[in-house]
Amino acid sequence: MTTVTEHHQVSPQPDALATTVVTSWKAPIAFAVFTLAALALAVFAPREGDTTYRLNASDKDAIIIANISVPAMPALWVVVVLLLLATAFSVWLVTQKRRVPLWLIVVFAIVFLFGFLTWAGAGAMLPMINLLYGSLSLAVPLIFGALTGVIGERVGVINIGIEGQLLAGAFTSAVTASVVMSSTGSVGLALLAGVIGAMVAGALVGMVLAAFAIKYFVDQVIVGVVLNVLVTGLTSFFFSQVLAPNAAVLNSPPRFPRLPIPLLSEIPIIGPVLFRQTLIVYLMYIAVIVVFIGLFKTRWGLRLRAVGEHPQAADTVGINVNRTRFWNVALAGTIAGLGGTFFTIGSGIAFNKEMTAGAGFIALAAVIFGGWDPIRATLAALLFGFASNLQNTLSVIGSPVPSEFMLMLPYLVTIIAVAGLVGKVRGPAAAGKPYIKS
Amino acid sequence: MSEPQPKTSTTPRDTTTVPAQAPEPSRWHQTFQKITTGNALISVLSVLLALVVGAIMIAFTDEDVQKAAGYFFARPGDTFVAIWQSVSGAYSALFQGSIYNFRRDSFAAGIKPLTETLTFATPLIAGGLGVGLAFRVGMFNIGGRGQMLIAASVAGWLAFGFELPWGLHMLVALVGGLLGGALWGGIAGLLKAKTGAHEVIVTIMLNFVAFYLVSWLLRTPGLLQAPGSSNPKTPPMKDTAIFWNLKEYGYNLHLGFLVVVAATVLVWWILSRSSLGFRFRAVGENPNAARVAGINVPSIYVYAMLISGALLGLAGVNQVLGTVTTGFTAGIDAGVGFDAITVALLGRSTPWGIFAAGLLFGAFKAGGYSMQAAEGVPVDIVLVVQSLIVLFIAAPPLVRTIFRLPDPSRGPKRPRPIVTKEVTAK
Repeated sequence: MTTVTEHHQVSPQPDALATTVVTSWKAPIAFAVFTLAALALAVFAPREGDTTYRLNASDKDAIIIANISVPAMPALWVVVVLLLLATAFSVWLVTQKRRVPLWLIVVFAIVFLFGFLTWAGAGAMLPMINLLYGSLSLAVPLIFGALTGVIGERVGVINIGIEGQLLAGAFTSAVTASVVMSSTGSVGLALLAGVIGAMVAGALVGMVLAAFAIKYFVDQVIVGVVLNVLVTGLTSFFFSQVLAPNAAVLNSPPRFPRLPIPLLSEIPIIGPVLFRQTLIVYLMYIAVIVVFIGLFKTRWGLRLRAVGEHPQAADTVGINVNRTRFWNVALAGTIAGLGGTFFTIGSGIAFNKEMTAGAGFIALAAVIFGGWDPIRATLAALLFGFASNLQNTLSVIGSPVPSEFMLMLPYLVTIIAVAGLVGKVRGPAAAGKPYIKS
Repeated sequence: MSEPQPKTSTTPRDTTTVPAQAPEPSRWHQTFQKITTGNALISVLSVLLALVVGAIMIAFTDEDVQKAAGYFFARPGDTFVAIWQSVSGAYSALFQGSIYNFRRDSFAAGIKPLTETLTFATPLIAGGLGVGLAFRVGMFNIGGRGQMLIAASVAGWLAFGFELPWGLHMLVALVGGLLGGALWGGIAGLLKAKTGAHEVIVTIMLNFVAFYLVSWLLRTPGLLQAPGSSNPKTPPMKDTAIFWNLKEYGYNLHLGFLVVVAATVLVWWILSRSSLGFRFRAVGENPNAARVAGINVPSIYVYAMLISGALLGLAGVNQVLGTVTTGFTAGIDAGVGFDAITVALLGRSTPWGIFAAGLLFGAFKAGGYSMQAAEGVPVDIVLVVQSLIVLFIAAPPLVRTIFRLPDPSRGPKRPRPIVTKEVTAK
């Protein structure tokens, strides 16, 4: 919900030219839908009691913040009024032929979320740190997958096979880490082997995708879908046939320990959420930053984007289009493979059939939702992580809504957001098209 | 969904312009070229290649083979015997589970696997048609799971919750299910048409929404849950509503197969004979050109997703009224929504291609289970073989390289006279 593309806005032009701003009613309509939803909660499902927001991870924190207690219904009514005002403001903006700014959307989303949380947690204590910490953890594979998708599409290769790459990473990391663990007994070595194995596996899947897409001109969507099935089949087959009978040696992976970063982890709220994570999460921070800087500030990124937008022009200036595509898709594969480690050695769980359970497709949605931008795609992935963890948290404190509807919420919100706020997004121009040098 | 297709054969028009100095290639040579460069051979070889890879996987993971390989240099013959036994055992079980079982006494019992194949193929074909139709309009419908679940729920609810006369009841449930699937698919089409929301995102999201919605319906008493039960499962379908079937003769085959044959004909007619189909294909080829030509592109997206959703809905209806009539759970889709994508890809999005691909995958599914039961080879190997088939068929140059077949785009290795188009036109 925090993303929007600049598509209804004409790019800034010199003052001499008359500028036209194409406004859209989508944002006000989406706002109105959410406002009505909040109003419906307040009118039809009022709740008693106070909602307490707990902002400490534990009582041993260096800095303790007092719990914040809010009376549920008055707070919800305030939220409804605020949402109404925001909706009215957005309507006014559109009638004035002005664009609804991004900050308004972000503020709207936060206020709505606060209202919903207060309503759902009435009479209970909401452990905010756990909620956010869990959201970040759940988002880790989605973020890695989304980065893979962003690089792939930016270089001109649509990657539907993220799911397969995550699964291959999960499988390989579990097996290599277990084997190294049982042969050397060193946890550190085992984890390292697991990470490397996962990256290699992800890269291999990426290379198959790239080879079929680039050398044999096979439709990239086809290869991606088929690779998902292939990896599912391979990992499930080897799981039943080889891993299950020898689980002690081949499928009992060690777990990444939590590594609190000194000092940073003591910052209130942010510290426990961001800096008491495992190494994989820290690698994720690095990956997001590196991909962002790499794509937009380096020569590598410029070439990559040129190949994805206009391969002919890139070729003309001497960039080898197909080689750039092949190696970047393979490189992106290492990132998704790394994301796959989250499922096994990242959580200390043995590999199981189809354990990624559609995370790759959610990552794909995050890529498009985030408008092919690494930071926005990361935010979209975080939103998915938050929404799935919200259900976990609320089911613990006793949610007023059936759990299925809570689980449905992130997907519904995505549909409304994609339809209402993002709308028609334009990906890299040459994504999905093979480059045939004539 | 277009791929740069190499010219499949030398067109006869070219040969008419060949002057006398380039002699006509012999008829044998022409026939040989046609066979070695045709799509049919590529398809057969792709299946063969995929089966070989499957065989390697079976052999490598077989315990007897591993044991025999332990003393390979002492008695290499044992290894080969073990490999042969594991692979031939698995594949003959696959064949006997999908086509004809020679161990049965009578023909009626021996042919039962074939009817199983047709039963498994029924939803795959229906779903494949839905995905394939969307492909032809340039849309990717990954929402098969959601559309099937909604259709199955509507059809199931009509089938167990109402008392209607025999025949009519079945029709009502079928139509209700189709409408449910069409509605769920139509949401994605409508959102794409009205707001430009990417159908890939919307259909993926709708899968999850449908799954949780149906899960909730199934565990809420008074909705879809069977009365007096605490399981998330519906009561069995009423006899008046289920598809006519051959269960009394011991076959699982049901009317759904004929419905799917009719659906295949209908989709073929829509795509290649109706004006709507023409607009579908025009939008699929180039939406901008279609818009300039006066086609209302957004409405085409809506129609396409409605029909696509209805076809996937047919797959869901088949499950509840034909295959699993004793009540269903949230797993009723059985992964068909995703298998349908592979079926549509293998069938190259043409109705009869999808029909054939659905039969093949149905055979793999039916045979895979009996292979798992008889030989202990996990059924997942079928997924590997299926995906490799699609991959190989999609990349003819790879198959040609492996089997050293001639490349049709190169044409005959004779110097061709340079004839400009103007000359040919005269």
